[in-house]
Amino acid sequence: MARVMKHASGDKRFKILEAHIKKFQGRQDALIEVLHKAQELFGYLEDDLLLFVAYQLKLPPGRVYGVATFYHFFTLKPQGAHTCVVCLGTACYVRGADRVLAAIEAEAKIKAGETTPDKQLSVLTARCIGACGIAPAVVYDGTTVPRQTPESAVAQVKGWLPHGP
Amino acid sequence: MDLDDLNAIAEKERASRKKTVIRCCTAAGCMSSHSDAVKAGLEKAVRESGLDDRVEVRGVGCMRLCCQGPLVGVDPAGIIYERVTPEDAPSLVASTEGGATQVRRGDPNHPFFRKQLSIVLANSGEIDPERIESYIAADGYLGLHAVLIEMAPKDAVDSVIRSGLRGRGGAGYPTGLKWATVAKTPGAQKYVVCNADEGDPGAFMDRSVLESDPHSVLEGMAIAGYAVGASQGFIYVRAEYPLAIKRLQIAIKQAKQIGLLGSGILESPFNFNVDIRIGAGAYVCGEETALMASIEGKRGTPRPRPPFPAESGLWGCPTLINNVETFANIAPIIRRGAEWYAAIGTGKSKGTKVFALAGKIANTGLIEVPMGTPLRQIVEEMGGGAPDGAKIKAVQTGGPSGGCIPAHELDTPVDYESLTRLGSIMGSGGMIVMDESTRMPEVARYFMEFCMDESCGKCIPCRAGTVQMHRLLDKIVKREATAGDLSKLEDLCEMVRHTSLCGLGQNAPNPVVSTLRFFRNEYLELLRQEPDGEPAAAAGAAPARNKEAS
Repeated sequence: MARVMKHASGDKRFKILEAHIKKFQGRQDALIEVLHKAQELFGYLEDDLLLFVAYQLKLPPGRVYGVATFYHFFTLKPQGAHTCVVCLGTACYVRGADRVLAAIEAEAKIKAGETTPDKQLSVLTARCIGACGIAPAVVYDGTTVPRQTPESAVAQVKGWLPHGP
Repeated sequence: MDLDDLNAIAEKERASRKKTVIRCCTAAGCMSSHSDAVKAGLEKAVRESGLDDRVEVRGVGCMRLCCQGPLVGVDPAGIIYERVTPEDAPSLVASTEGGATQVRRGDPNHPFFRKQLSIVLANSGEIDPERIESYIAADGYLGLHAVLIEMAPKDAVDSVIRSGLRGRGGAGYPTGLKWATVAKTPGAQKYVVCNADEGDPGAFMDRSVLESDPHSVLEGMAIAGYAVGASQGFIYVRAEYPLAIKRLQIAIKQAKQIGLLGSGILESPFNFNVDIRIGAGAYVCGEETALMASIEGKRGTPRPRPPFPAESGLWGCPTLINNVETFANIAPIIRRGAEWYAAIGTGKSKGTKVFALAGKIANTGLIEVPMGTPLRQIVEEMGGGAPDGAKIKAVQTGGPSGGCIPAHELDTPVDYESLTRLGSIMGSGGMIVMDESTRMPEVARYFMEFCMDESCGKCIPCRAGTVQMHRLLDKIVKREATAGDLSKLEDLCEMVRHTSLCGLGQNAPNPVVSTLRFFRNEYLELLRQEPDGEPAAAAGAAPARNKEAS
């Protein structure tokens, strides 16, 4: 805990997070809400950030780490500048989402869950984003795009990849 | 705020209605096809053609036929336009004044629309979900008023019991009975929880209800709070549904502002607040004890029941947990009477059910039909069958906890008991249609992979069993398994079903068991010959196909 001090880094985002924690009166059951906010501010949950949250909520760090690693929504690794989330829900699956994902993986030369070495693109998968009526759906940088094919998906992510020969 | 104020808001809203209303779908499905730009285009076109006093453009919730979105409806003409683009807006607006438009028209008399019976979705696609006045003009909060002013809590519980409503989250437990248990459990603090952690892949009913008519859920929760004696409610929503969260936040804020939530609601002594809790992507949190752990800010792992949440739930207090669709049914039941509701549906399954139709089917989207409607009517008549003339092979209901119903059982009526008899479950209402190109062992492996990833790891049968079952299914799909592996898989299914702690593990074998029951040949075709040269497949198995399994 030695490294944890009140935003010793001077990073303003800690201040915003602290204000958010105050909104919940520091209630320990608000842990998940606080982690949501922390991830929104910082992009991912690094160890220092988790320790900060633990300290603020007066919770054992193990408990915070346990919750952060239990839920799929929280990520402990930095993401790329762009994200591409392929929905693998049943409706998307029977309409060929696996082929869409394979095409993106081949184009970006990474597997789902990974980020390109230049930190430009993260390829992720979702269990179901509830956009079954327009399957298969892919979320590019937060925007859901309907009825994807391997070709249309590759066209979308191409601009985010290094322009090789 | 009293009844007169409520009526005054409704009157004002109705009086401000213009001659023509253009409804533009702003639910997530159509939004992803840029319906927000369509709506902006329509508003601009109305302004530019000087029709402000005659034409209203209204953002509404889901208009159901998601595959043809963005959808736009024009009233009172009763026209539906499909795949509308922002460029279509000027001609579409001009058409309300007698002009011509080339925008593609849908058929409002298609069985997809005509055979629906809307109770839960009555306001969906009609009202503006971001304006409480729009809900009040559609008789909103009259049910809550009736309960608070005219009924004792036990009368409200009694109404729900007599309506025959059963839990729409999947298990089908009688809602009234659950309410009665919470009501009679003593406790100074009680909670009402709305389970909006719609995790089944292929299900988007709850999302649509929250995006289209959030107040109906809030009103149902407030009525429940009064009936069971709770003053605090929580809605647990998935983080994957940002639009539903946003609309709920707006709805709660507006309801608080005019005194329909908060203290002394409708000038009665009843207080009720609702807070939103956002999930973080864990399927198991749809299980009620796991959901409560998550609301308390812990890892979402289930615990054994009893004690049931009705006796010891959130922070050990009596807690009522119902699903989104269940709550959305409450206000109509109070407003129109338990007997009216109980007259809809079948003997043991009352009312209607909302289904999300998706997969290999022509018309994907949301439908609401009376319980007992034959599956064939849903998928063939309303859904229009498989696209491109393909043949329907099976209908999957109940998500990873459900099963596949083969085409020859399509005459089965949809109600809790009939689906259970076929080895599937009603589930929350996802209905995925599969055609001849879908291979069942791969479907089973797909669902098992889901359960394996989503198992919380607390109990061993589920944690280890799903991994072993997935390994065996993978072996089968890759044509590396023997008959011995298949029988091992069947043994494991039995064991995991009977020994797992919660519904996730207990139901994880369902997709395997149901596909084995109806499509056993597909498994047998994939089996490898035993090393001693004995044929692995049982007698009558078709010879293996030459095609590579992917």
